[in-house]
Amino acid sequence: MSASTDIRRVSTPQAPAAENKHAARSRRDRIHGWSFMAPFLLFFGLFLIWPLVHGIFMSFTGKSLTGANSSFLGFANYAEALGDADMWHALGNTLYFTVISTVPLVLVALVMAALVNMGLPAQWLWRLSFFAPYLLASTVVSLFFVWMFNPQLGLINEALAKVGIAPVDWLNNPAVAMWSIVIATLWWTVGFNFLLYLAAMQNIPQAHFEAASLDGAGGWRQFFSITLPQINQTTIMIVILQVLASLKIFDQVYQMTGGGPGGATRTIVQYIFETGFTGYRLGYSAAISYIFFGLIVVVSIAQFAITRKRSA
Amino acid sequence: MATTLTTPARTIRPASYVPVRRKKRIAPSRIIATIIVAILAVTWMVPFAWAAITALKSETEAAATPITIVPESGFTFEAFAKVLQQGNIPQWTWNSLFTSAAITLVTIVISALAAYALSRIDFKGRKVLMIVIVVSLIVPPPVLIIPLFYQMVAFNMIDTYWGVILPQVIAPAMVFVLKKFFDQIPRELEDAALVDGAGRIRIFLQIVLPLSRPILAAVAIFVFIGAWNNFLWPFIVTNDSSMLTLPVGLQTIKSAYGIQYAQNMASALLAALPLIVVFLFFQRQIIKGISTTGLAGT
Repeated sequence: MSASTDIRRVSTPQAPAAENKHAARSRRDRIHGWSFMAPFLLFFGLFLIWPLVHGIFMSFTGKSLTGANSSFLGFANYAEALGDADMWHALGNTLYFTVISTVPLVLVALVMAALVNMGLPAQWLWRLSFFAPYLLASTVVSLFFVWMFNPQLGLINEALAKVGIAPVDWLNNPAVAMWSIVIATLWWTVGFNFLLYLAAMQNIPQAHFEAASLDGAGGWRQFFSITLPQINQTTIMIVILQVLASLKIFDQVYQMTGGGPGGATRTIVQYIFETGFTGYRLGYSAAISYIFFGLIVVVSIAQFAITRKRSA
Repeated sequence: MATTLTTPARTIRPASYVPVRRKKRIAPSRIIATIIVAILAVTWMVPFAWAAITALKSETEAAATPITIVPESGFTFEAFAKVLQQGNIPQWTWNSLFTSAAITLVTIVISALAAYALSRIDFKGRKVLMIVIVVSLIVPPPVLIIPLFYQMVAFNMIDTYWGVILPQVIAPAMVFVLKKFFDQIPRELEDAALVDGAGRIRIFLQIVLPLSRPILAAVAIFVFIGAWNNFLWPFIVTNDSSMLTLPVGLQTIKSAYGIQYAQNMASALLAALPLIVVFLFFQRQIIKGISTTGLAGT
């Protein structure tokens, strides 16, 4: 600041006035800035920062919904959680779901986008078909699929019977139930990833493909050597968003299987919910929440590091 | 990808609006692709169609084996009529509509104000605020349910619209989407007005907001969809049947009606209808919004 005002002092005689004006403006900017931020910060503080901090405090206490025993326990809740087989089971289920859902949710979206991007007619129709389920509430999706998966009356087993495959107990067989959830989730949300991929593909300059065609590269060759590398950033973004979304899964599982059979599909968010609201142990539930939060932070940092390395 | 947003005032058209290069010769690969995509699209429509067919059957027909596509006794609106008469669906629809609209309005107002300050006003503390808000993006909403519930009890907001609405109005991702857009509006427009002595509020209302209509619409639609479909929070903060939102109410129907398949499907379709209508009206904005920012996923 001093350098610029010095120069001005030489060239313009009204420099002190200009400086005052500048100071006045910066004061005004400070007031304006915080005033514009104030409404957002009020809600942000009340409903994000405060519960986040209060939750940490709760996780060190024996607080319960019934009000009893809100004494300070130190790390007892965390110690208990780390020795809690049900917690580990729920965490394992969550990671399992994340892996087996992310792969199809990314690959199917990629295939859909690649096909639609081949200059097909009626683009709006395909977009509408694949994206429409994304607009549904989880409960609607669950109602649809519980009905489709019905062992006796369901459309899926009926279709399998037509081609001679024995009926599957989609939601009550521990080995199958999580895959059934993946099928429902794929139907529900793949349209979002599909739209992201489609937009990315349509942003690739046509000249790349024209040049490749002249060089005699076929469709497959063009897809693997032009399209895929060009949409690399999009793939990374989709995978990140998908992993983070899958780790938070609760709705469809809770609604379709209730976490069953025998806890085979219970996820960590459901376990938080159950210890807090069915078991009334808010303090313990808060501790599990922060273990889950820790996992999300680790995953986020890992992904941040990967994307940084890639773009560097 | 955000480069498509450089001209804010431009009318919205889907990012896919690239004219097809040549149409003279249709390659066989394109025919095969069309067939595969058509099969996929039909598959994707099956759950809707099957729900509709079931909802249009009588209860006995819906639960009969072998399964029929066209019921022997013909289609009937019985299930829809029953659901609308007996259930709380009209009340839940109103609850969802009111809370989602309120959440959208408050979110847009507070996020746009904050985004403008972060984009344009050079005030002390701005950088710190930016970092705090970015870092807050990492907080998964499920982590907050336990302390937030406790807070709602203390505020006496359980089973109230306030309780449903207030915790849902913080959308750091939307603040950044809006900030990114404001960043691209030429500063000269505002500087001229500032020199003329116009206040910040007037500049914001009369210059920035009118130029930002497309992005405001996109953000509003996303916030609305998210609020309309949110399950976990309303599920926790409401108990009384008259206060439930539509998605939460449907969950109780499922357990209450048990095996009344036609009515289950009729309820699900009635619940899906409003957003399908919204989508048909705002298809372009929604697709544009997703394509340019990917914002709904955060």
